[in-house]
Amino acid sequence: MIELKDLSQGFRNPELMQSLSQRIHQLSAQLSESVKIMEVCGGHTHTIMKYGLNQLLPRNIEFIHGPGCPVCIMPKERIDHAIELAMLPEVILVTLGDMIRVPGSKGTLAQCRAKGGDVRPVYDPLDALEIAKQNPDRKVVFFAIGFETTTPMTAVLLELAEKQNVANLYFHINHVLVPPAVDAVMADGAAKVTAFIGPSHVSAITGSDIYQPIVDCYHTPVVVSGFEPVDVMQSILMIVEQKVQGIAKLEVQYTRVVTAKGNQAAQQKVASMFTLRPHFRWRGLGDIPLSSLVLSEQYRHRDAEIVFADALSDQAIEDHKACQCADILRGLAKPNQCRVFGRGCTPTKPMGSCMVSSEGACNAYYRYAGLAFDLDLTKEATTGKASINRAKTEKEITA
Amino acid sequence: MCLCIPSQIVEIHPEDSTVTVDTLGVRRRISTHLIEDPLNMGDYLLIHVGFAISKINEQEALKSLEEYRLLLAEMDEEEARALFI
Repeated sequence: MIELKDLSQGFRNPELMQSLSQRIHQLSAQLSESVKIMEVCGGHTHTIMKYGLNQLLPRNIEFIHGPGCPVCIMPKERIDHAIELAMLPEVILVTLGDMIRVPGSKGTLAQCRAKGGDVRPVYDPLDALEIAKQNPDRKVVFFAIGFETTTPMTAVLLELAEKQNVANLYFHINHVLVPPAVDAVMADGAAKVTAFIGPSHVSAITGSDIYQPIVDCYHTPVVVSGFEPVDVMQSILMIVEQKVQGIAKLEVQYTRVVTAKGNQAAQQKVASMFTLRPHFRWRGLGDIPLSSLVLSEQYRHRDAEIVFADALSDQAIEDHKACQCADILRGLAKPNQCRVFGRGCTPTKPMGSCMVSSEGACNAYYRYAGLAFDLDLTKEATTGKASINRAKTEKEITA
Repeated sequence: MCLCIPSQIVEIHPEDSTVTVDTLGVRRRISTHLIEDPLNMGDYLLIHVGFAISKINEQEALKSLEEYRLLLAEMDEEEARALFI
């Protein structure tokens, strides 16, 4: 019988992390080339920085931070849509927490709220259903964001709205898919990724099999990893073992949650309500065909982009020139290589999306920089003079 | 968004497809609309924005922890051997 605390504490054992680190050091000495591991998911970036895992690794293993943060990859024009909707007097805009601080070209949803827009952040999508029921004379728009992990929740919300005849609930869909984004990074080639730590809560829904095409096409190991520090260290060891053997395969480290086929019930709900969107512009990665979802034909009467089309702008908006979120999301730059990191751009006053979300790479660097930072990066920094040493430790920030 | 914390079922409410879970001392009610398998008291779930997305496989978790225990023992042995070299 396992205890609840074992499920978290058991995977945070410092001695174990040290042992795994030793194993990785022993094995990686046999490698002729360095390993560039992209941790696609922002949750993994957070774990790496928080627990200083980069300091437990040999020099020939490098992390490249990936585009797997739903808030970070949201282009400004989509945030502008949210603001345009919230400013309509008949609309209540509901969205998940982090979204309200991401700047679009017209400010943030938080600023929009200060100007009178009815914006309501929630931590449970089903709250949108209650808000719609409590405000029958208003139109409630759920601004839906997230990867495959979060799409089923939007599907349940839609299902319940239909079943309960809640006619005043609409959806602005921004659900995106991991495999096309990973494929875009690999096809671009500039990041020179040689292995992947696969997002695992995505796989809890989709199954781990979704990464097999990446392994087959690019011959890179993919290890689907849990989020605890021991999980990530073990996944790195599994990658190094593959590299030493000269093989590339899909493996699951997070066997306590992830199966090959995933959560079938959730997949069926998503498949019955969504269809692929022909094009979606990602922040950093640009337009990726068939990389996001849209409500299927029978639910178009709830699609805010159709219902409120007259109120929505239709123009791609580029990021601030000084902000390097785009390069960071493509694995081409580290947060501390950005000129505005820690100066013009901080978690309390973010300039770019990677600093807003707790899963964003810049946010993780800023928060934990004083605790864990590979000083080699400062020597390699090619742009600006932002020094990681200027960043406060988490303790100071939260004090 | 993606950081789900393991939680344990302490009450089951079939009338509205929810359960009350304990997350390291904090109790809250969450949706089970996405779980088809039967749920029992004491089961461990992974929660994401108010929804259970997966049951946690207790056997697999125990297996991982056992693997780690063996690894630690092995590393201790290696270190002990190194003292005599």
